Amino acid sequence: MNGLKINDFVVRFANVNGTGSASANALFTKAVFRMGVPVTPKNIFPSNIQGLPTWYEVRVSEKGYLGRRAGVDLMVSVNPQSIRKDYAEVKPGGYFIYDSTKPLAPEFNRSDIKHIGIPMTALCNAEFSDARQRQLFKNIVYIGALTTLFGIEMSVLERLVSEQFKGKEKLIEPNLKALNLGVNFIKENFNEPFTLRVERRDLLGDKILFSGNSACALGAIYAGATIAAWYPITPSTSVVDAFSKYAARYRIDPETGKNRYAIVQAEDELAAIGMVMGAMWNGARAFTATSGPGLSLMQEFLGLGYFAEVPTVLIDVQRTGPSTGMPTRTQQSDLLLAAYASHGDTKHPLLFPATPNECFDMTALAFDLTERLQTPVIVMTDLDLGMNDHVSEPLKWDDSRSFDRGKVLSAAQLESIYKSNNDVSVESNGLRNFHGKYGRYLDVDGDGIPYRTIAGTHVTKGAFTTRGSSRDEYAIYTEDGEAYRRNMDRLARKWETAKKLVPPPEIHISSDADKDPNTPGVVFFGTSTYAAVEALDMLAEDGIFLDSMRVRAFPFGKEFCEFIERHKKLFIIEQNRDAQFRSLVLIETGAEPDKLISVLNYDGTPITADFIYEQIKSRL
Amino acid sequence: MTYIRPGFRHPALPKNALGYTIDYYEGSLSTLCAGCGHDSINAAIVQACWELNIEPHKVAKLSGIGCSSKSPAYFLSNSHGFNSVHGRMPSVATGANLANRELIYFGVSGDGDTASIGMGQFVHAIRRNVRMVYLVMNNGCYGLTKGQDSATADAGSKNKAGQENLFEAIDLAGLAIELGATFVAQSFSGDKQQLVPMIKAAMLHNGFALLNVISPCVTFNNNPGSTKSYDYVREHMETTALLDFVPLMREITTTYESGNIEDLVLHDGSAIRLRKLAKDWDPFDRFSSVKALQKARENGEILTGLLYINEKAPDLHSLLNTVDKPLNSLTEAELCPGREVIEKINASLR
Repeated sequence: MNGLKINDFVVRFANVNGTGSASANALFTKAVFRMGVPVTPKNIFPSNIQGLPTWYEVRVSEKGYLGRRAGVDLMVSVNPQSIRKDYAEVKPGGYFIYDSTKPLAPEFNRSDIKHIGIPMTALCNAEFSDARQRQLFKNIVYIGALTTLFGIEMSVLERLVSEQFKGKEKLIEPNLKALNLGVNFIKENFNEPFTLRVERRDLLGDKILFSGNSACALGAIYAGATIAAWYPITPSTSVVDAFSKYAARYRIDPETGKNRYAIVQAEDELAAIGMVMGAMWNGARAFTATSGPGLSLMQEFLGLGYFAEVPTVLIDVQRTGPSTGMPTRTQQSDLLLAAYASHGDTKHPLLFPATPNECFDMTALAFDLTERLQTPVIVMTDLDLGMNDHVSEPLKWDDSRSFDRGKVLSAAQLESIYKSNNDVSVESNGLRNFHGKYGRYLDVDGDGIPYRTIAGTHVTKGAFTTRGSSRDEYAIYTEDGEAYRRNMDRLARKWETAKKLVPPPEIHISSDADKDPNTPGVVFFGTSTYAAVEALDMLAEDGIFLDSMRVRAFPFGKEFCEFIERHKKLFIIEQNRDAQFRSLVLIETGAEPDKLISVLNYDGTPITADFIYEQIKSRL
Repeated sequence: MTYIRPGFRHPALPKNALGYTIDYYEGSLSTLCAGCGHDSINAAIVQACWELNIEPHKVAKLSGIGCSSKSPAYFLSNSHGFNSVHGRMPSVATGANLANRELIYFGVSGDGDTASIGMGQFVHAIRRNVRMVYLVMNNGCYGLTKGQDSATADAGSKNKAGQENLFEAIDLAGLAIELGATFVAQSFSGDKQQLVPMIKAAMLHNGFALLNVISPCVTFNNNPGSTKSYDYVREHMETTALLDFVPLMREITTTYESGNIEDLVLHDGSAIRLRKLAKDWDPFDRFSSVKALQKARENGEILTGLLYINEKAPDLHSLLNTVDKPLNSLTEAELCPGREVIEKINASLR
């Protein structure tokens, strides 16, 4: 068949927010996934509860590309508000599926696309009497139609429906009925060749379909977080929702039925992070999740955490700023705010997960890092990663792994410090360097990281006051400039230690590199990775082979700096207007500004491979 | 301020039941102004902890920013302290309390720290009934920035320059009762006799205990015309009841004896013994407490003493149904579901 596209196309659903389309559309994604074919959905939704247009875009990719791709091969249009725009966006040769209960207006007369009318409203009205059901099942009717058109196995759909309504069995039958309304309508009324097809493959292995926010929540569960304090904000809300769900399942004391966790919905983001710091100061593992506006409010506590050296885990699910911006659209625009949060000389380790399994790993790692480094650690995800499902490597946990609680002195260790030097029989030689007296801010190991104590540890030893004001090595308040400088220099030393502890970048050197010393490098992080990887393949098809570096953390370590140093031309891909990552590179490495070329996407939608490809190709 | 504290202590200093003399409960030297009300309150805290036989390492001291918030350095040097950021002590205390329910949390704040920048956190800590002492050293002015009026300064009260405050005062005690605080008391830094038993009771209360203590600022707000000066407060103090603290009563009963004596039994079995002075006031009745406060205000009096108490309300841990064991002491085995569970979760995501 001419122009047949097997497992390689984009479907977009144009719906009205609040009409139950989300779960129906997710059913479609899951069905493609169960057919063993890589699939990536993007929920493009409004900051609204009910009534505004919302889109759900699904890319099916045999080659496994999971970034967003421009161009819609099939549009399911069930929203009269956006129908004109939706109609115009269908690629030539594509399909336009609409509710034909009422005829299309005469101007919908493109000859370069095919129109498929399905009387969704009429079919549902004839079958169902309840108004809500009539509304909800229209969505299921078009899923049924797509199943038949694409050739997705009906048994896959039937199984998904029965799984989805497990425990609510009486909903299975009407859903299957609605599904079949769509299936039968196509079978009876559509006889033309159809060029888009989903064919069963085995391309996914043991991969999972999961959202970044849920994965972060699970990471916090596995890392032993007992306290979550938060303030609701899109797109981070579902992190704590998921934590709450998992905690209710895995954190109940079997004997008493009581909770081995506490979740507090705080009065604002200031209080949320304050509670996290209070809890971590007191020896529990705690976290908060927020987005841009919340991060702005958390600045003062982040400064306190840096200076007073209080561990804190913050998950920043970035959205489109500035100010309220576009709360339901994605961006990578909190980089500078997060990296240097708060007044004075401050900087904070950042982690950049790109996939749900990395969200899981890096959230768990953030707890180890924050306690090891005694400084706030921020996990930088974004709306795209957080709220959309992604095909991901499975989550892994090694049972032999144990939490790194960092340098926390036990009562016995405190005792040993106060014994005479010769008598010290403790595991860390560092404790000898206390010379008989504990000092909270003494750098006895030379790595800039001091030893902390938790309230209640020892009757007479180890107590000190944590403060955001200057103090000496023994935690005594001081305005002595020399003591202040010593402390700031030690914090700088700690920053050097952090460079060695954060995950290194993933570097790929193209095979061409030996031949051409001028091979440019491409630098990206987080959700830009999906599109960047695809764009590199597109360039390779044109015979252009580039080196690449996927950055996974800030501060930048040795490998990062070498990569920047070695390349004469670098493309920095990021999703904000002001090239914030490029600024970070300039500030931290002193690289020549002219050699860093920005590829910037900032319209609130996830960056595409086509865009990166064109940007790089035109500026090589 | 006192620059020198003699190292010598009288060998016959009395010891408490734990064998500690009172100096064990002291902090570092105060850097507050000589005669500052806050130092008297600190001395009362030291006295209360010593008399209560508190283990200092079982206390965590928390504060925000301001003269008052420096105070935790001046008592209980064997306790951990957290001098946080301006107006944010309640959230830090809430988190700390969630992490370890077994410590006593002693929060110190001021009128700026509480009634202005920290009002949001103050009211929400009350709503949550976080088990803590929240002591406001209330002098009606900003000391560290040289005497500006605070939100608790009475309308018409004059500052050092003779200017009248234009705005109505925020009544922290009344507000706290309104919000459902479970222990509300007012006192005066110059009345140690009242303050010490009040602090003891607050420390043993099973919930949020507000101590709003008028503590004159000798440098910026002790002038004629100020309603927070030593003279004014002494002249205008009225008291709900004389207060005694009775440690660990064997019998848990509320007894009314002749002469209006009432024992309020606290969570651990100790009791507050009240000799009631105010008419129509019942410490268990929010309505009567609010009424008594407002009546005193109308009469230009400062009502001190215990105002309201509710020992039965659940604290935050009870509300959240957390385990009895402190959350910060749970082991990895108790917290991490492990590999088998992660594989099940993976399977559910395919």
